[in-house]
Amino acid sequence: MPEADVRLDRVTKRFGSFTAVDELSLEVPEGEFFSLLGPSGCGKTTTLRMIGGFEEVTSGTISLGDEDVTDLPPFKRATNTVFQNYALFPHLTVFENIAFGLRRRKTPIGEIRRQVASMLKLVELPGYEERRPNQVSGGQQQRVALARALINNPRVLLLDEPLGALDLKLRKQMQVELKRIQSEIGITFIFVTHDQEEAMTMSDRIAVMRAGRIEQLGAPEELYERPRSEFVAGFLGVSNLLDGDVAERDGELVQIRLANGVIIRAPAAATNGATKVRVGIRPEKLRVVHQGAEAASDTAETNGLDGTVFDASYVGVSTQYLVKTADGHTLTVYAQNLTSGASEALSEGQRVRLTWNPQHTFVIDDEGRVESAAPLEEESTT
Amino acid sequence: MARTTPAPERGRPFGERFRRSLLPVFTALVVAYLSLPILVMILFGFNDIQGRFNFAWQGFTLEHWGNVFSRFPALNQALINSLTVAVVATTVATILGTLIGLALTRYEFRGRGPLNLLIFLPIATPEIVLGASLLALFVSVAAPLGMATIIIAHIMFNISFVVVTVRARIAGFDRHLEEAAMDLGADEWTTFRKVTLPLIFPGIMAAALLAFALSIDDFVITQFTAGAQTLTFPLWVYGASRIGVPPQVNVMGTIIFLVALVGIVLWLYLQRRDVTARPTSLNE
Ligand SMILES: Nc1ncnc2c1ncn2[C@@H]1O[C@H](COP(=O)(O)OP(=O)(O)OP(=O)(O)O)[C@@H](O)[C@H]1O
Ligand SMILES: [Mg+2]
Repeated sequence: MPEADVRLDRVTKRFGSFTAVDELSLEVPEGEFFSLLGPSGCGKTTTLRMIGGFEEVTSGTISLGDEDVTDLPPFKRATNTVFQNYALFPHLTVFENIAFGLRRRKTPIGEIRRQVASMLKLVELPGYEERRPNQVSGGQQQRVALARALINNPRVLLLDEPLGALDLKLRKQMQVELKRIQSEIGITFIFVTHDQEEAMTMSDRIAVMRAGRIEQLGAPEELYERPRSEFVAGFLGVSNLLDGDVAERDGELVQIRLANGVIIRAPAAATNGATKVRVGIRPEKLRVVHQGAEAASDTAETNGLDGTVFDASYVGVSTQYLVKTADGHTLTVYAQNLTSGASEALSEGQRVRLTWNPQHTFVIDDEGRVESAAPLEEESTT
Repeated sequence: MARTTPAPERGRPFGERFRRSLLPVFTALVVAYLSLPILVMILFGFNDIQGRFNFAWQGFTLEHWGNVFSRFPALNQALINSLTVAVVATTVATILGTLIGLALTRYEFRGRGPLNLLIFLPIATPEIVLGASLLALFVSVAAPLGMATIIIAHIMFNISFVVVTVRARIAGFDRHLEEAAMDLGADEWTTFRKVTLPLIFPGIMAAALLAFALSIDDFVITQFTAGAQTLTFPLWVYGASRIGVPPQVNVMGTIIFLVALVGIVLWLYLQRRDVTARPTSLNE
């Protein structure tokens, strides 16, 4: 069991009377690719800046390994940062930018040359030593910034939306690249982003932040498949949410009676003992079948809901259906286009049955719902 | 989108005509306007004058160039005084002004607002009023007038110009660069030396040149604060003008001009080298 590389213990940051980060606790084990994900203004940058030493904490402690660094200035912390706008020194060459940290430690010049060369190789920029930062492209600047940080062999690398300024294609490419570099050198990465897809593809674990707090922390699949709040469910993708009461336990599953009387089942562990719950299903987990054909697919092991298709849009890899249930809920369904053409497509007005595996039902307990319902309505229940 | 832009053919012929025919004419006029007085100054340094006055061209001689530093010992002393004042006042004002500029743009502190405004006062106040007030001040504290009082006065008015110039440069400075330096292990002082200073240096240099230029030929304030014993170059020339300015003054003026010219060319060359180090071609 690797010891925690970075530990935040009830860290709070206030700007005047405004609380940007609120009693946040966090442990990141060594070598992990850890992401802070959340909407604009939720405190991601502030958290990262406190770890880097650029922002003083109002209360709480920050440790790297077993060293308490809460009151240390940035130049005494074993962290290095890739800034959002890269912050390369415009008056220095690429070589001197990357060598900056080694020069501060009075490394002999021969050693500097050797290390800069190997760094440039790692970020695939050999031959760029003598250029100035404004003589290389945005993606290359990004790599220089990465090399400049990594050459110091930090205990933890902090990255604040490092790919934010790149266009989509380059961004995808750099995501792969960053991941490759991280696994190659095995340093702990703390990565800030507001792009859920980016966080999900790259991270070992993600902390979803909201208003200065961690809403949920876990592996990408866990957050996606079993979000514990409407906020997390909505932030990581589209979900269909339905209200209900926990009726009775049925082995590993619980039965939940929806408002319209239909009984569906969900993993018992997810309910956490609550009685009033909101359940969710991801659109791609739903199967649509013609009503009447259900006998074939509907078994005792599936959940089912009747409805009417009122919108179908073809989006290439899948078709998105909007299905209205009898009591007026709208559910989104992604049906993969397994065959070409519109032959199997369902048309608007068609009565259908939606079925899904009970294991794919996630449960948001009432408490989380009350707290987060209002501002997220349109986001999470399309 | 494209429809809303006015037809480009309309604007271009005029712009083109202006650039081709009129602009060179204007340029020539401006250059003549700026350089004619300097040419006259240089030329009359070679004037073979008869009597005291150096107003009409009377023939070519190199005599004044030969005895420029021996003909009037008091003029030499005046020039040395001027250079001393300019060098000391510029150095002190540049250092203090840069620090004030940094403080004003960086830190929130008591009195920052008023200082931000007050810094413009010496620029806005008529020089002659400033001179008179300074004299009154020095006299009231019984300060012996001379080099020291001149220098104090020059530092005062120079600081404002330095602060204004440097502040403009610092305002465009990205604070993340300093954070990046500290992140990479540089303490505050190293960060200032290796990152902040090199980046604001062009602004500091421009401020210093401005201060030096203002200081070396200041007449009004110097006249008030010099006292009876001390003369600077402008004061000596003004005194001489009542009995006729000798051509040696033109020669000294020419020398100062040439030194300044070499300085400026050198400065431009250095800047240029900095710029050519960043052409625009991007790969990828
Ligand atoms: N220096 C400051 N003074 C006052 N408020 C600040 C300061 N820095 C940040 N804040 C506030 O703290 C909150 C969190 O800011 P932070 O920069 O951490 O957000 P973020 O999650 O990084 O957002 P984004 O995705 O937009 O970068 C914001 O509401 C912001 O306005
Ligand atoms: Mg941010």
